[in-house]
Amino acid sequence: MTDAAATSSDIIRCDACPVLCRIRDGQAGACDRYMNDAGTLRRVDPLLVTQRIAEQDGKLVPFVDGAWDGSLIPPTPTFVTGIGAGTTYPDYKPAPFIVGSTHDGVDMVTAVSEGVFSYCGVKVKIDTDRFLGDEQSTVTCDGEPVGHVTTAEYGSQMLALGGVRHLIGGSKREGTVTCQMMLDLCNKRAVELQVEGGAKVVVQAGAAPIIDGDLEARMRVGCGSATIGIFAPQWHGHADEVIVVDDHITGVLSEHQAGKFLDMPPAGIRVRGRKSTPGRYFQVADHGDGWGGTDITDPLAIVEKINPKVAWPGLRLMMVSTTGEDSAYFVLDDELKPVPAPMPAPLQVVTDRIAENCEPAMCSVLFMAGAGGSLRAGVTVNPVRLTRQVRDTQVVVTCGGAPTFVWPGGGITLMVDVTRLPDDAFGHVPTPALVAPIEFTMRRDDFEALGGYTANVVPLAEAMLKARVQPWRPDNPWPVR
Amino acid sequence: MTMLEPVAATLADGRLHLQHGPIDLLVGIDAASPVAAVGYRAAAARFPDILPQLAGELPALRTAVGEAYPLLAGPVARRMARAAWPHREVFVTPMAAVAGAVADEILAEIVSVGPVRRAHVNNGGDIAFHLAPGERYRAGLVTDIDHPSLDGFADLAASQGVAGVATSGWRGRSHSLGIADAVTVLAADAASADIAATLIANATNTDDPAIERRPARELMPDSDLGDRLVTVGVGPLADAQVVEAIAAGQAAAMAMWRRGLVHGAIVALAGRVAVIGEVPAPELTRSVS
Repeated sequence: MTDAAATSSDIIRCDACPVLCRIRDGQAGACDRYMNDAGTLRRVDPLLVTQRIAEQDGKLVPFVDGAWDGSLIPPTPTFVTGIGAGTTYPDYKPAPFIVGSTHDGVDMVTAVSEGVFSYCGVKVKIDTDRFLGDEQSTVTCDGEPVGHVTTAEYGSQMLALGGVRHLIGGSKREGTVTCQMMLDLCNKRAVELQVEGGAKVVVQAGAAPIIDGDLEARMRVGCGSATIGIFAPQWHGHADEVIVVDDHITGVLSEHQAGKFLDMPPAGIRVRGRKSTPGRYFQVADHGDGWGGTDITDPLAIVEKINPKVAWPGLRLMMVSTTGEDSAYFVLDDELKPVPAPMPAPLQVVTDRIAENCEPAMCSVLFMAGAGGSLRAGVTVNPVRLTRQVRDTQVVVTCGGAPTFVWPGGGITLMVDVTRLPDDAFGHVPTPALVAPIEFTMRRDDFEALGGYTANVVPLAEAMLKARVQPWRPDNPWPVR
Repeated sequence: MTMLEPVAATLADGRLHLQHGPIDLLVGIDAASPVAAVGYRAAAARFPDILPQLAGELPALRTAVGEAYPLLAGPVARRMARAAWPHREVFVTPMAAVAGAVADEILAEIVSVGPVRRAHVNNGGDIAFHLAPGERYRAGLVTDIDHPSLDGFADLAASQGVAGVATSGWRGRSHSLGIADAVTVLAADAASADIAATLIANATNTDDPAIERRPARELMPDSDLGDRLVTVGVGPLADAQVVEAIAAGQAAAMAMWRRGLVHGAIVALAGRVAVIGEVPAPELTRSVS
């Protein structure tokens, strides 16, 4: 994909090489590698291979710029992905490409294919302390139910999306919308989701979530109590009370174990909510997009009362959210009313440090699918042996070259982080079902032992002639070992 | 996007793969190992310049060759002009020789480094090759581009004086005015073979409603063929039509052969094959009707 310049309504100019072809919609350029796909320039070579280039910062071997020492470029370790391989579904035939290669002197075989997955779903982790919706709430996309809210995890909310029941168990439109939603998420595009009785969330793998129109910039550093535990010594001596506002647990320094440890006297400021243990309060306010994931915009609203027998004029009160995004400083006047005051520099330093310790909020998208069925028959005549060898880790399963987690138990049920796949690696069929690349890599002798289609193994060099080449992602482990 | 740089990679079998834009070369050298290494190095070193130089002269290269010899600067462009010039009585632009000319240029670079037994530069099916005296190449034959399989072999010997082989047809990467499935030409160099194959394929033609044609510019706005109708589909043809089309292609090939422009040609259409000139009798592994 590129920013090819539009030259007229249906012609784009390709700038991938000096020929600068003008390409009409639906046609390919002189190279047959790039086409105009409805105004967008796209690579169209069928099969994607990725190459590991150790000394080149993960870039393709750039051409000789005079500095080449004249030695032949060594054969670059190359891995063939299933992307663009096509499928032989329902798989009574060998996988479209079974590629033989030699790595470190060992003959390896990789069976690559694009699997058609009806049993597949997407697990989404959204880093946020905001309230997205109650557990088990239905998640809709484009008006159709496509999944539900599942567990809340540390600093994040999980969604379970897709799955066979939404794909083919509901109305035709529900299936179509579910399929498109999963396809977009897996291809790293943004998708707008609505939680019933909750928030509207824009989710995109690797990007910060947008919740009810607001970009969620940061995860909280911890709950209010944890924040007190981390920063108590840094506040000590600069404030007489610190209240850390948080939707889950709001912390009050002088009552908290950390404040006691520092011999801080009680300040007599009582916050709303239900007290858990000393200095820790649940439910000080409602969920919302205010301070620390509450609906609070005026922090003093959570102060229930100030005890005149305990508090004193001139008491220094610090209030801060668990992301450091919101903070305020007050000094009690003679009537023990909190009066806003400029925040002293040492307290500002701590506020900034809270913000600094909040990691960027991100959506992560894991594709999950079961390859337990006939897909295996594309590799071997005896499918259960493939399952067993995967289980025994003699066979490495990758998805577009990305490492997968294979679940214990029956079948080959895997999960993969979609950001580790090349762009646009997923496709779909009208069933509706998702199409995902999948590769099984093993030693050639293991391949023979499990009844693999040895006659269909083609040399790597031959497979590469029809392939488009991308650099290997250095953060993915090399699957051939 | 940043323009893609030319890339070079050595394949597992030792051949060199060079690619830049539409140019996609496979280079193989048989020589004593130091010579082969230097040869590959020379090929790779020559390569990056090729496409930018051609791109710089594209307008002239896309202009039909007429009464005046095309004035071109780059060495590859000059090879193209030289190959196109003898054919100026029909519509032809130097671009019809581009693939072969690039292969010739890289081959010349390789052969200049030292004693090379055999070398070939395959540019997407248009091949320049070198054979030292007494050496031979075995060329694989594919008669049906839709269902490519190795249908046979042809032996090429150094003594034949052939150094280029090229194939053209309407299903190929370049547009064709004709309907040949494949025209394969042997010539003294790949540029000459390339342009001859293109023109023989153009001539292999007949009129039939089953043939679908569209103006080249509708498919590719910068096509050197302008608004000429190029073949985009060929339905089932009556036998008589096939024979007429092949005969037309054969006549064009014969004319070139008599003038010494080609060593031989094979014209294939709808399962029929015509052989013109000095084509080594192919040893077929599959029957071709």
